[in-house]
Amino acid sequence: MANLTRADVEHVAHLARLGLAEEELARLEGQLNHILDQYTVLQKLDTDHIPPTAQTIELANILREDVVTPSLTADEALANAPERSETGHFVVPAILGGGEGGA
Amino acid sequence: MSDLTRLKAHEMAALLRAGDVSSVALTEVHLAAAERQNRALNAWLVIYRENALAAAAAADKRIAEARRGGPAALAALHPLCGVPVALKDLVTVKGGQATAGSKILEGYIAPFDSTVAARMKAAGAVILGKTNMDEFAMGSSTEHSAYGPTANPWDLTRVPGGSSGGSATVVAAYHSPLSIGTDTGGSIRQPASLCGVVGMKPTYGRVSRYGIVAFASSLDQIGPFARDARDAGLLLHAVSGRDERDATSAPEPVPAELLRLPSNDDEAASYLKGKRLALPKEYFVEGMEPGVAERVREAVAAMEAAGAIVEEVSLPHTDYGLATYYIIAPAECSSNLARFDGVKYGLSDRSSGEFIADYIRTRGAGFGPEVKRRIMLGTYALSAGYYDAYYLKAQKVRTLIKADFDAVWAAGFDAICAPTSPTVAFEFGAKMADPVAMYLSDACTLPVNMAGLPGVSIPAGLSEGLPVGLQIIGAPWSELSMLRLARAYEGITARAPWRALEPAELYLTDDPTTPSPIERKERLNADAPVAGSGGQS
Repeated sequence: MANLTRADVEHVAHLARLGLAEEELARLEGQLNHILDQYTVLQKLDTDHIPPTAQTIELANILREDVVTPSLTADEALANAPERSETGHFVVPAILGGGEGGA
Repeated sequence: MSDLTRLKAHEMAALLRAGDVSSVALTEVHLAAAERQNRALNAWLVIYRENALAAAAAADKRIAEARRGGPAALAALHPLCGVPVALKDLVTVKGGQATAGSKILEGYIAPFDSTVAARMKAAGAVILGKTNMDEFAMGSSTEHSAYGPTANPWDLTRVPGGSSGGSATVVAAYHSPLSIGTDTGGSIRQPASLCGVVGMKPTYGRVSRYGIVAFASSLDQIGPFARDARDAGLLLHAVSGRDERDATSAPEPVPAELLRLPSNDDEAASYLKGKRLALPKEYFVEGMEPGVAERVREAVAAMEAAGAIVEEVSLPHTDYGLATYYIIAPAECSSNLARFDGVKYGLSDRSSGEFIADYIRTRGAGFGPEVKRRIMLGTYALSAGYYDAYYLKAQKVRTLIKADFDAVWAAGFDAICAPTSPTVAFEFGAKMADPVAMYLSDACTLPVNMAGLPGVSIPAGLSEGLPVGLQIIGAPWSELSMLRLARAYEGITARAPWRALEPAELYLTDDPTTPSPIERKERLNADAPVAGSGGQS
C-alpha cells in the first residue's frame, strides 16, 4: 500500500509550483495513494535487463540547413502577455531580492 | 435536395465539383444546426460563422475556377475543398481561441496556425469552429472541461466519451461531416466508440503536432473523426506528412490511395479475403459489458465469414498497460504544463508581487482537479528517489508492451481486432468520484499509444440502444490497410438495420425545454452527497 503523507503531498505540490487549497490537499492525499496502489502491479515484472522505451518510431536526428526562416514578430509574440514593457519585453516581478522592475 | 447535413464528406465533394451545391450553402446548413442544437449538447466552444462563410465563398471560387480549367484542374483540388470541418479546441487557428478546455488559456488568441489548420486551409476545407474537450485532453468523458460537459446525442444524460468528446459529438450530431481530435490514450477512439462514429489515431509521427497544446509528447497524436472510413481517409490524407516544424513528424510517404477507398460495398468487402486478424484474449477483460463483447465478437465473425482468417492471440502485458500509462502520461504532462506560468500568455495572478508565489497562485487558480491530479502524480513519479521505481520502471514495461504487438506483426497478422471501450456511454457523474474508474475506460486503447501504433474505432452496432466500437489496430504506417479493413466491414454490414439509425435523442436537442449538460451537471452536484476525502466510491 502506498503511504504518501500529507507532508509529502505538500512537498510535491511545491515542486510542481501548484497552489492547492486545504480541501484539495486532503482529497489528493487519498486519491494519490489510491492511484499509486495501482502501480504496485508493475513490481511483479522483472525488468532488470529490459531497456527503457522513450519513443516508438526510432527517428534519428533530422537536420536542416541553418538558415533564417520567418517566425513571429516581437509584437505577435508579446500579444498575449499579461504585462509587457514599452521596450518589447515580458514583465515579471523581480526574481532577485531588492531589485526594481522586470527581469 | 434533402438534408445536406446527412451527406458524407465524399458525397459533398462530388456535389461541389458537379456544381450541384455550393460550399456556402453546405456551410450555412451546418452552422444553423450547430447554432440551434449546441445549447443542449455543449459540443462547440466557439462557432466561427463569419470566417466559415468567407472560407466557403473562397472555396466556391476555387471550385468554379477549377471547373473552367477542366478535368485536370478539378482533379488537382483536394476533395475537402469546400467541405466543413471542426477542430478540437487545442489546435491553434491564427486569430482564434485555443482554450484546451482550461481556464488557464481563457482569452488566449493564437498568433499562428497549427500545421493541421494550415493544411486544412490549403486544402480548402471550411473550419466551422472549435469543439469541447476534457481540460488539456485529460479525461474520458469531457466532464473535465472547464466549460461544462458535452452530452451524447444517443442519450443526453450520458457522456460522449473523451477527451475529444466535442469533436465526436459534432460528427455524430451532423453538425460537421468531419472533425479533428487528439489521442494520447484513447481520446479519439473511445469517444468515437461511444458516439457511434469513425475515429482514427494514426501512427505516432504521421501527423505534425506543431500548434497543438501538448499533453504527453511521446504519446500524443492528431487524427480524424468521420461518419465512414472513406471520409476518415480524406481528412487523414489532408493533414498527414512530414513537417519541418515538428521534429517528431516522420518522413513517411502519405498514400494517395487514402483518397480512393472503394465506393462499392462488394469490392470493399473483398479486401477481407485471406487477411489474418488477431483477436487478443486479454482485451475481453473482467468488467467488460457483455453486450460490448458480443458485438465485437459478432463483427469479427462477420469478417471471418467474408474470408478473413481469425486467430486468438495473447498480448501478455496488457494488464500492466494502465499502470504504465498512468506513470508515463502524467510524468510527461507535469513537464509540459510547467510552461503555464502566467508570464507569456494565459491566466496570470500578480497579486503577491513575488515571482514564485504568483506562479503558484496562477497555476492553482487556472488548472482544474484532474489536471492538478496528473501534475501531482507526474511530479511525484519524476522526483528524486522515485524516478527509478516509477518512471524508469514504466519505460521498461513500455518496451514489453510494444514487444507484445511486434510479436503479432512478426507472426504475419494483418491487424488486431478488439473492443475500443469496455462499456457503452456511461451516465454523467458515474466515474467522477473515482479517478481509477475513469482511467479504466481507456484500458483497451492506451496500449496502442504506448506502442505508437495506428488504431481506428468503427461503429459495430448497438448494445442497450447505445453504440459499440470495434477497434482495428495495425503495424506502424498501416493506416491505409486499417481503413481498407474498416471500409470492408462497412461493406459487409451495409444493409444491417442499425446502420440506418440516427442518434436516438438528437431530436430533443431542438427542444428549448431540454436541459443543457451544464444544467444537468448542476442538478447532479446538488443531489450528490458531500464528497469525502478518499478517492474511492
